[in-house]
Amino acid sequence: MVNTIKIGMATCGLAAGAQKTYDKLVQLITNKNLDYEVKKVGCIGMCYNEPLIEFIIDNKSYTYKNITQDKVELLINNILNKKYKNNMLEYTENVKISGVPEKSNHAFFRDQVKIITDNCGIIEPLSLEEYKQRNGFSGLKKAFNLKPEEIISIIEKSKLRGRGGAGFPTAMKWKFIASKQGEKFLVCNFDEGDPGAFMNRSLVEGDPYKLIEGMVIAAYTIKASKGFIYVRAEYPLALKTLRKALDICRENNYLGSNILGTGFNFNIEIKLGAGAYVCGEETALIESIQGNRGNPRAKPPFPSDKGLWNKPTNINNVGTFAHVTKILQDGVDEYIKYGTEKSKGTKVISLTGKVKRTGMIEVPLGIKLRKIVFDIGGGTTKKFKAVQIGGPSGGCLPESELDLGLDYDTIIEKGAIMGSGGIVVMDTDTDMVSVAKFFVNFSTEESCGKCTPCREGTKVMLYYLTKILNKDATLAEYKELKKLCPVIKDTALCGLGQASPNPVLSTIKYFEKEYLTKLKDVKRLTQYTINDKCIRCGICKIDCPVNAITGKKGEKHFIDQHKCTHCGLCYSKCKFKAIDKKKLL
Amino acid sequence: MNQNNAAKGVQEVSAIITNYINTLAENAGYEQRKSILIPILEDIQEQYGYISKDSAVLICEELKLPLSHIYGVITFYNSLKLEQSSDYQICVCRGTACHVNGSDNLLDILKNAVQSCENPDLFTIETVNCVGACSLAPVFVVNGEIYGNMTKKKVQDLIKELLKNHNKNG
Repeated sequence: MVNTIKIGMATCGLAAGAQKTYDKLVQLITNKNLDYEVKKVGCIGMCYNEPLIEFIIDNKSYTYKNITQDKVELLINNILNKKYKNNMLEYTENVKISGVPEKSNHAFFRDQVKIITDNCGIIEPLSLEEYKQRNGFSGLKKAFNLKPEEIISIIEKSKLRGRGGAGFPTAMKWKFIASKQGEKFLVCNFDEGDPGAFMNRSLVEGDPYKLIEGMVIAAYTIKASKGFIYVRAEYPLALKTLRKALDICRENNYLGSNILGTGFNFNIEIKLGAGAYVCGEETALIESIQGNRGNPRAKPPFPSDKGLWNKPTNINNVGTFAHVTKILQDGVDEYIKYGTEKSKGTKVISLTGKVKRTGMIEVPLGIKLRKIVFDIGGGTTKKFKAVQIGGPSGGCLPESELDLGLDYDTIIEKGAIMGSGGIVVMDTDTDMVSVAKFFVNFSTEESCGKCTPCREGTKVMLYYLTKILNKDATLAEYKELKKLCPVIKDTALCGLGQASPNPVLSTIKYFEKEYLTKLKDVKRLTQYTINDKCIRCGICKIDCPVNAITGKKGEKHFIDQHKCTHCGLCYSKCKFKAIDKKKLL
Repeated sequence: MNQNNAAKGVQEVSAIITNYINTLAENAGYEQRKSILIPILEDIQEQYGYISKDSAVLICEELKLPLSHIYGVITFYNSLKLEQSSDYQICVCRGTACHVNGSDNLLDILKNAVQSCENPDLFTIETVNCVGACSLAPVFVVNGEIYGNMTKKKVQDLIKELLKNHNKNG
């Protein structure tokens, strides 16, 4: 029996130095003539432990974390001396090598349900053999034995909702387009532009065939003849993996003409994005594939009526296709065991920011945010403050909302969106106004410029936010900002523009104090009023520098709130505690 | 660039264009010709690091597309550039996770380190929205290679190392 060494070589692993570790490992194994098979695998999700090495010896798995180049030799020596028994810690004087507890024992994995990421980090991404051994392409074979309507009713029963962010029911989308006649296109949206979201990249780098299988099933269902995958330009490794995977599928007749002898023809072409966030919006994506500037257009007509080259086009996210594959492979009854009534199944989430354990996780929908942050993520080092969900279109939620179940509808109610599924955790070091400014700045730069509310509106929001951060804004300007947000929301052309004020609105909703304390005339937020203890002495009236206090002798005095500059002089001069100081914060 | 090189450049660009035109049917319509524009521009960008005026004109003639459309596309997309960049492109990721982990500070530190080094012209500093390695934030990308968990010291060491390598390789 050949022992295996698996090393995580997805983008996150490479960023941590996995290539150097791999080179060293191969060199050692060759030099020492060891009987190990070294496999490059994708991301298992524990990005905070990269580079990760897993040894499979006599069918038992031992995983070691943070194995940089310098630790490789020591690790191998330990393994050769069979010092791997308890899978935990190995020490020498200078270098410390730590193991990872078994998956079932690890808090990071305990609450996860791996459905679409079940192969990531386990199989060699491009090995068709290993994919097939783990049920690969069995979903497609099942699909070919069903009628398209039957597949749609399976998807309908699974209640699958688009994993791209909006959560539109996939079955409904497919029904629209299946009823159309003539040439149709299928597009996979892999323009994962949200900063802080990388689950689609991990999935494609670790298990590309799952996406392809899902796309072929979808194409067969809606009778599309040609497919496109729109890949984000910033993902070179995913692009390379996907290109090779497509070639292998063509060679093995999973793509091309007469697929698996069924007479069904379908091919997939890769379209590379060129670094424009707005191209994640479906109509902009269509423009980009057609060779235009990626400007969105008004809907309707929806792409299912008039999409690519005015032909009916179905656009789904990478995650959606992967879920389709799994629903067909494992059966719909297995799938709907997880999730809530309206949102079934799981969602892959990239958990980042100030949590101890960052990485890619897959959780059943409806899981409590608190569980994600504190159990899976291990909590924060400093005091927890907020989670940001949904990228530039999403919002921030405070600790009080952590007991929320994570599903599409609840999150929208609270002012964020599920979005692509990036969760960024923030602690007390993070200033919420600066976070809002960060996202608005992003939207300003990425606004395509077609519609005025977004092009100009984001600029004005940015102007006010910068002023507030510089402690140079007045209360009136803050109110102006608050007034502007809903206007942009109601009038912008596309989803991205409409959602651009969300980060501001949600931080105002939950963290308004942070805005108010930064205002130049923050004093205005202290209100002085005269109560019944007033003995009509008139001291305050004489001292008030702006003559805001009126009142005849023998009458209770009164402060004109419009004239008052909130200097507090009257409050300090009054000997009878007749002036109330009230903070509006 | 001397004349020889320029001629060679034109030949290479025209080879890229021809490659893509060959994938089209004969008498391909306007929409079909347009659909290969962005892949061509990306190939030229990857090979030369920018898209020169000559290349744009060549594409315009070969694909029979308006030059204004070609420039419209180049200026719309972030990864297509009209100017040549330096030897070392350092991209600072400005994604959310990187922001929360202090990438704005590191950007200032990087700018200072480059300004104060002996040969600032060697470096181009850019920002990128997100490279998707958020778990290792803050992240830098140097000529396509990803550097994770950056710190102030790592930034300064990076510049020193790049300079050292550059001097060694002449």
